[in-house]
Amino acid sequence: MDSLRRIVALIWKELLAILKDPRSRFVVLVPPLLQGLIFGYAATYDLNSVRYAVYDQDKSSASRQFLAMIDGSGTFLRIANLRDQKDIASIIDGKDAILVIQIGADFERRLLAGGPADVQVIADGRNSNTAGTALNYIGTITETFNAQWKGSNGQPPPSVQPASRAWYNPNLETRWFMIPGLIGMLTLVQMIVITAMSVAREREQGTFDQLLVTPFRPIEIMIGKSVPSVLIGLVQMTMVLALAIFWFKIPFQGALSNLYLGVLLFLVAAVGIGLMVSSVAATMQQALLGSFLTIMPFAMLSGLNTPISNMPKEIQYLTLLNPLRYAITIVHKVFLEGASLRGIFPELWPIALIAVFTLSFAVWMFQRRLT
Amino acid sequence: MESQLTNKPAHDSQKMSARRIRALLRKEMLQVIRDPSSIAIALILPIFLILLFGYGLSLDPKDVPLALVLEKPTPVSAEVAGAFRLSSYFRVTTVTSMQRAVDLMQEGRVDGIVRLAEDFDRRLSFGDAPIQVIVLGVDANRARIIQSYAQGAIGQWLGQRNADRSEVSAGPVVIQSRMWFNEAFDSRYFLVPGLIVLIMTLTGALLTAMVMAREWERGTLEALFVTPVRTGEILIGKTLPYFLLGMAGLLLTASTGRFLFHVPLRGSLLILTAVSALYLFVALGFGLLISTITRSQFVAGQVALIATFLPAVFLSGFIFDLASVPKAVRLISYVLPARYYVSLLQTIFLAGNIWSIIIPNCAAMLVMFMIVFGVTLRKTKKRLL
Repeated sequence: MDSLRRIVALIWKELLAILKDPRSRFVVLVPPLLQGLIFGYAATYDLNSVRYAVYDQDKSSASRQFLAMIDGSGTFLRIANLRDQKDIASIIDGKDAILVIQIGADFERRLLAGGPADVQVIADGRNSNTAGTALNYIGTITETFNAQWKGSNGQPPPSVQPASRAWYNPNLETRWFMIPGLIGMLTLVQMIVITAMSVAREREQGTFDQLLVTPFRPIEIMIGKSVPSVLIGLVQMTMVLALAIFWFKIPFQGALSNLYLGVLLFLVAAVGIGLMVSSVAATMQQALLGSFLTIMPFAMLSGLNTPISNMPKEIQYLTLLNPLRYAITIVHKVFLEGASLRGIFPELWPIALIAVFTLSFAVWMFQRRLT
Repeated sequence: MESQLTNKPAHDSQKMSARRIRALLRKEMLQVIRDPSSIAIALILPIFLILLFGYGLSLDPKDVPLALVLEKPTPVSAEVAGAFRLSSYFRVTTVTSMQRAVDLMQEGRVDGIVRLAEDFDRRLSFGDAPIQVIVLGVDANRARIIQSYAQGAIGQWLGQRNADRSEVSAGPVVIQSRMWFNEAFDSRYFLVPGLIVLIMTLTGALLTAMVMAREWERGTLEALFVTPVRTGEILIGKTLPYFLLGMAGLLLTASTGRFLFHVPLRGSLLILTAVSALYLFVALGFGLLISTITRSQFVAGQVALIATFLPAVFLSGFIFDLASVPKAVRLISYVLPARYYVSLLQTIFLAGNIWSIIIPNCAAMLVMFMIVFGVTLRKTKKRLL
């Protein structure tokens, strides 16, 4: 009972320490919201204004029809009509356009003859991902054009028509993938940094030693340090979640309770990692940089920016140790797929295991330092 | 900064000032060398990241697990199955019912389903045989690439099938695309330059912000101010070691990218070094400014993370296309030095010395450098009065 009262007092003190200082309060509450908003808009692979130039040597009604289809897609923005082959290099080099579409002088003639009528598309490969997506869009538009052309010129339609559909995200918007993923990413960064720094600050300022001579047992100090971080993490996570649902209007399919259960376990694991970092760091600088050294691999191997299944096998095994990987999967499953508790169980138990391990390791490290 | 030094009344000679900077520098260097965390962040993290980027991370799916539903095995459906099996992009599991495929997808064992209906053969002769392609849309970018791979495999099969006919099945207009600067579509080509930006930002802004905030927090900077050392000299002495660390990180990353992963360096090494030095100066300036304003390690670390590092990932054009971002958010990207540096690095590495990119981007960074250092110098002085 006494122990419980002591822990509550310590938790209260920790919360006050963070929330009473206006600058700390600011960095804990405002940035997650701001980041969720800004990065939510920025983190998308979908293109909506691809600047392109046209070098149309044919200038026929067919070529105009083809280009009108590209212009009408709403995704492409024609910035120039080139008159000379030489202009292509300078317009790509200077990043004025990322695509140049070149239509040969015999385009219409060959089209009327039944094809093939080649269209050259040159893309700026400096960001090959963006360029690849833009080329994909052009491919889709061309397919539509071909089908229409065949229809209106009495040619037989293609004998096989692939019909594509996507589950859980019918319009394939990357935002639906990225923003729920940010819930995990942003809270992980904040949890590790806040926890590691709060212990390191006490240590650097010498107040940690004062804590140690109080009747607190090390485990009580650890609980007192972790609970406030988890509470802050829950608040931050709720803010980003609200942003995803109400601002970005991403349909939430599952049960909130499942999501919160998963996130709570994840927060405990993240705080455990923060405590582990702080147990080896002597100064705040080391704590921050140490947090960074751990956050980077977690973030890179989380599957949010690049899919885990694209990685080599050995690295895929390494990601099994990454709590962020499971957290992001849980959020996606519950958010987009509406997964049940059973559906997220394969992710829940590894997180729980990681949480138990990191916390006990941190406690062990602290006790070892004391003796 | 230099003019700051010379404008002051010369009550001591230029030579003495160099000696003071050297002394400060030595002290700072020792501090860097003795604290393993700075070395770790400036040199070990880059090596780790570049190996990860080089060997591990890729946006190009391969071996996508796919369920192929053949409701009635026929010679034609066997041909289609062959086309998918031969494609290096897919790892095909053949099933005979749609229900089984749906189960596999819900269990997360496959990322896509390709279904040939029972009457596929019959309808093929009428010219309206549908192939159903269903992908797991959660990761939309990946899903879209898988869709286009599937269409590619189908197209290939059709091409072979129609090889004996003169008619081209793919339709009259055929797109011939060429990816300049990165013909092979290698995502490492843009990941390595992007990584350099991240590393320089970490060393320049985050590390400097922390180190200086500590001096403010402990009051050791005020102690330095009462010595004959001038503000400008302190700033040089404090930042130069981190500048050198940052440049070492650049050398490490660029040479690993060049020699291990064969990312080309088509521009000149001299220009690469010069623009990197300029960016590092701006980053150091931001680090100093953040530490001067916050004067607390806890807050400085958080602010540096939020204001410099995370935007370098999300808002610099390194991964995500800035042109597709809403205008209000895009405006923010203009005040981020990382935006200009990403553009410069991608151009110098992959395209060459293109002055129409180099000059405006460098000019923007130069302006930022002057503003940031001007404000920092003023803030540093003002706090003393």
